[in-house]
Amino acid sequence: MSEGMTILFAISVMLAAVGGAAVLTWFERRLLGLWQDRYGPNRLGPAGILQVVADMLKLLTKHDWTPPFADRWVFIFAPTAIVVAMLLGFAVVPFGPGLHIIDVNIGLLFFIGMTSLAVYSVLLGGLASNNKYALLGGLRSAAQMVSYEVFMGLSLMGVVMLTGSFSMQDIVEAQRGGWFCVSQFLGLFVFVIAAIAESHRLPFDLPEAEHELTAGFHTEYSGMKFAMFMLGEYLGLILVSCMITTLFFGGWLAPFGMTWLPPIVWFSIKTFLIICFFVLLRAAIPRPRYDQLMSLGWKVMLPLTLLNLVVTGAVALWMQGA
Amino acid sequence: MELVLFYISSAVALFATVFALTRSNAAHALIYLIVSLLAVAVIFFLLGAPFAAALEIVIYAGAIMVLFVFVIMMLNLGEEGEERERQRMHPAVWIGPALLSAILLVEMIIVLSKMSDQQTGALITAKQVGISLFGPYVLAVEIASMLLLAGLVGAYHVGRRFRLSEPDDQSAVVSGDDKQGGD
Repeated sequence: MSEGMTILFAISVMLAAVGGAAVLTWFERRLLGLWQDRYGPNRLGPAGILQVVADMLKLLTKHDWTPPFADRWVFIFAPTAIVVAMLLGFAVVPFGPGLHIIDVNIGLLFFIGMTSLAVYSVLLGGLASNNKYALLGGLRSAAQMVSYEVFMGLSLMGVVMLTGSFSMQDIVEAQRGGWFCVSQFLGLFVFVIAAIAESHRLPFDLPEAEHELTAGFHTEYSGMKFAMFMLGEYLGLILVSCMITTLFFGGWLAPFGMTWLPPIVWFSIKTFLIICFFVLLRAAIPRPRYDQLMSLGWKVMLPLTLLNLVVTGAVALWMQGA
Repeated sequence: MELVLFYISSAVALFATVFALTRSNAAHALIYLIVSLLAVAVIFFLLGAPFAAALEIVIYAGAIMVLFVFVIMMLNLGEEGEERERQRMHPAVWIGPALLSAILLVEMIIVLSKMSDQQTGALITAKQVGISLFGPYVLAVEIASMLLLAGLVGAYHVGRRFRLSEPDDQSAVVSGDDKQGGD
């Protein structure tokens, strides 16, 4: 792609991601309604889709209040960090053959780096609010995200070992012989759980657990700043689903040789199904206790990841020798 | 183009570091430090070491600094801490270290001006880093891993629960932190 085309493509990816995140707020509530045997927002427009517009208008016109006791500039900066980091993460996603914004040889590391920077949003939001609930939420999220980041990165190393590259397009190409969701089953399992914890969605939304912390780190946020946190969370969900598609489900490759649909459509279908799966998890699983979450991480997930690494390494060496 | 980017990111790194040192609010200082680390990552990228740049973001900016913020949140010093820090940062305290580091700066400028233009421009890939880490530098990796293991054992020792009296007495079970009274 030429430079102008790349910039145009980047802008369209950004708009699609933000628009997707906005529609997802409505779609998630409808899907949750379906699975919980109720309606969800179905009044405005066809199937209730105009609810998105109504919510947006409400958030835009709401009084955007910065509490006088808050650390003003950090308070304002915090919600932007998550949106910027998550949008930057989309830069390395391969949407089709040759259809990407950048294809660097550290693509996967770039994604991990951006998700780890998104943590600051929650942390600084909690710290700057100068509110005990926000502080507790921020503290929890710091511990949760640092722990889950460790094996989120490690769980992907099996994929890197089998591919021999950090480049996202190479990873997709390496799955022509078979998707990594089979050979890297443990990696996929750990990555899905770590991804939910990283994007602090239900069931792992302990930083904002309503029943004990009011609203956690965004207790003091309202109006557009609150909307930014929500936007960042939904962008994170889309980004993580794109990553799972790319790393474990063959990215834009067509399944069973069904190449009559263009690659980008296959990519979208797979990503959409994974998003639905995340919504299903939210509908089905209750929130664990904080200490349960942490001990699950360090006592189950980390050993599983290390086991996966050792076995993958051994198999990769054996295949090389054979 | 690259030179311009290099100077911009170096300036960002320098200013961010200076601000990180001089802020009396610990949280603001940390944000500046994070910005400085990100700027250094950009410099690494421009010098042709994308792997080092990615690790700088993932490990320094993304993990270690999060722990720093975590500690600041735990301590939650607030206004009085800021006031104390402001008193401690009295200009007189700066003179000694500033003079000493000025000597180092002069030395560095002399050394750098004598060096010829040694920019290799070669791209260092992740594979090369891995091969040299587990090839010629394997001893350093092992020593670092031992150091980390020692740190882990130390953390386990500080954080473990131990009993003071009868095992069936619930209140006797306290964490190591409580017993030592902390700082």
